[in-house]
Amino acid sequence: MALAGSGGAGVMTAGNILLEAAALAGYYALMTRTSGPQIRGGEAAAMLRVATFPTDGQDDRFEVLAAIDWQNVGRFAAELPLGPESLVVGDPSQGEPPEVFLRGGATYVPVPLKELAKRVNGGWPNMVALGVLAALIGLPAAAVESAVKKAMKKGLEAGIAAARLGMTQASSLKKFSLDKTESKGKRWLITGNEAAGYGALRGGVRFVAAYPITPATELLEWLSPALVKVGGTLVQAEDELASINMILGASYGGVPSLTATSGPGLSLMSEALGLGVAAEIPIVVVDVMRTGPSTGIATKSEQSDLNIALYGMHGDAPHVVVAPNSVADCAVATGWAVELAETLQVPAIVLSDQYFGQARAVVDVPDMGSNSFERLKAKGGEAFKRYAMTESGVSPMAIPGTPGLAYTADGLAHNERGTPSSQASDHLAHSDKYARKLEQLDPGEAWASVEGDGETAVLTFGSCTGPAREALARNGAGTRLVSLRLLSPAQPARLKRALEGVKRVLVVEQNHSGQFLRYLRSEYELPGEVKSLRRPGPLPFRPDEIHQALAAWERG
Amino acid sequence: MNAPIAAAPLSAKDFKSDYKPVWCPGCGDYSVLAAITKALATLNLRPENVAVVSGIGCSSRIPAYTTCYGFHGVHGRALPAATGLKVARPDLTVLVASGDGDGYSIGGNHFLHACRRNVDLTYIVMDNHVYGMTKGQPSPTTEPGWSSKLAPGGTGLREFHPLVIALASGANFVARAFSGDPNGTAALLAEAVRHPGFSFVEVLSPCVTFRPEQRAWKERARPAPVAVTDDPARAARRIMTDDGFNIGVLYKGSRAPFAAPAARSPQAVTELEAGFAFEVTRK
Repeated sequence: MALAGSGGAGVMTAGNILLEAAALAGYYALMTRTSGPQIRGGEAAAMLRVATFPTDGQDDRFEVLAAIDWQNVGRFAAELPLGPESLVVGDPSQGEPPEVFLRGGATYVPVPLKELAKRVNGGWPNMVALGVLAALIGLPAAAVESAVKKAMKKGLEAGIAAARLGMTQASSLKKFSLDKTESKGKRWLITGNEAAGYGALRGGVRFVAAYPITPATELLEWLSPALVKVGGTLVQAEDELASINMILGASYGGVPSLTATSGPGLSLMSEALGLGVAAEIPIVVVDVMRTGPSTGIATKSEQSDLNIALYGMHGDAPHVVVAPNSVADCAVATGWAVELAETLQVPAIVLSDQYFGQARAVVDVPDMGSNSFERLKAKGGEAFKRYAMTESGVSPMAIPGTPGLAYTADGLAHNERGTPSSQASDHLAHSDKYARKLEQLDPGEAWASVEGDGETAVLTFGSCTGPAREALARNGAGTRLVSLRLLSPAQPARLKRALEGVKRVLVVEQNHSGQFLRYLRSEYELPGEVKSLRRPGPLPFRPDEIHQALAAWERG
Repeated sequence: MNAPIAAAPLSAKDFKSDYKPVWCPGCGDYSVLAAITKALATLNLRPENVAVVSGIGCSSRIPAYTTCYGFHGVHGRALPAATGLKVARPDLTVLVASGDGDGYSIGGNHFLHACRRNVDLTYIVMDNHVYGMTKGQPSPTTEPGWSSKLAPGGTGLREFHPLVIALASGANFVARAFSGDPNGTAALLAEAVRHPGFSFVEVLSPCVTFRPEQRAWKERARPAPVAVTDDPARAARRIMTDDGFNIGVLYKGSRAPFAAPAARSPQAVTELEAGFAFEVTRK
């Protein structure tokens, strides 16, 4: 279901309460959001999916679209697909729903939200709408009330009364009641951005510097007080050039460090990421992707920073790129990125996106691993060589404050001691060293999510994974899913094994130029026939689109 | 300056590495290096507890010429790197070395915000009014009429006042030094390190290769004829009206240095799960 309205109408508040109610009632749920560019007063929509199974993406269409008002909501029509069975709930005092929402045969159900809200002293239409939606999917009243209580500090009584009124109002409507759920146990109700922040702290990050940017800001806002609680620090930098250099300085000082940004910020960080490679300083950069190029659509998702994340640095600059493939995986993958950065002494980029970052979801508690890694630190000894040539390519790092090991970390080409050198042999040796560190990385099972078997495979990454997984379930046996989590260094031998016996590979990605396909073509050998299913953001892939593409292909 | 006091006193040469500088003979930066090592010895610091952070340019080569921990980063970004290091490791004494191109042009924005943030750093800018490493282009402090290959006949742009900008941006300590007087410079640097917050020391350091006329600076540099002030407006007025060769501490403020919020007793990371974890109990 989707709840839309103009800014200030409280659709996000109501959406979050519904999500919480679904969580308390034992359901899995996912809420993604879309909004116009306005700071306040623009249109917005909360898009919720409530299910009895874990879900990482929206379904093909919404069963219900409820709107507090219709001002500009028509702009979201492409993001709010409805079917012939769908209901469109609107307040007749706010005019008729835009024709675009009814074109597919959806039924319009007028509910006087505003008038009903007025019956409650201090009542708001969004709370009535919340009640209507809760009743439509059969959420228990007790769960709704508990969720309202958790969310509202002021006007609690009025909020509950208005929600109840909405629930009563909807009792006569057609219901999309969910199956009962028997589930028990521990879950998280979390956004991808919060999960990434938590994963970072679990990985040991204790210094963060960052510059605000949509849609990464919430990650920083979550980290700011959280870092203080665990004994760390966040500095708001003057720009992204500063934030990346601050974390390089802090990590050079021995403190695991991270910054979070989006495409424009990542572009500014390119030069200093190369310094991290050259001076072998571990850092993590979370890129919550939005559409590009340039400012793009700041509030909406796209998987188009893959190229810059993989290849965006001058010189040969091997580094790590990981991509979480669910909201919960934002925590695991970010924690893993910290581990890879720290153990390999290299920058690691986490490619999240707005879809995950700003989605709030009920998820099973992910396996966060042991986080029992440590940076290789130099302890002492004669004639310390910071960049000593080792078999693994990783050399013990001296931490400032340690007597007898002082060295200069340098972006200039250098020798084993770190002394600047323009010798061909030193440049070759160090280029080999940077590459060797990554070549020797053994990611184990973590390199990808590999599910199912059969002769047709969907190959994807990031937020396309959820819809692809659902498409495969609909496609039946004989289809497999490979969702890459480790994008750099590439794992050609592992992918080859995962695709053994495959005759058709459908590459699914959310960008215009097929960045993922091109990357696969250059780093991997793909078996059989390869097709690309892609489009730019912000419209997410729906399971049915992928299912149809697979079915059509298999039919020949 | 929080590093522990040294057990056995060290001398300036203990802070000097055996690397041979890339600088031209006669470069002012040799004296700045001597002044830095002397100041560190005077302050009774140990090399391992001092970090020297720099960007790119002639002056930015200094870290490796000391026996301290060094960070030779990218062009213009020494201040952010130093800020991250000092905030993450407040126990270290952090010096930042830069030049007029690195610090005032490509790194200009960071200069403003480092002054404003007031992290306990000592920022040493070796100003020679020219880009030396790229062989002679005008910088933000170059006189408008100075002719070069890149700007024949001069830029026509007025040079700016880094010290006034530092004052306007909130630096807590502002001084001007002259490399021709290494002892005086060492004393100024020691005072800058001791002063809490962001201390800015501009060192006039001639480039004898591309600006040989700067050899005459030694005739012009002289101790500032006025006492240090704690009034930034007065200090700014003096700096804007002097001839640019008054040497000494020109402003000393008492603004509290940057302090990150800190928990009295840090908690375990897993305790944060209370904010988003819940138990499903419904049957």
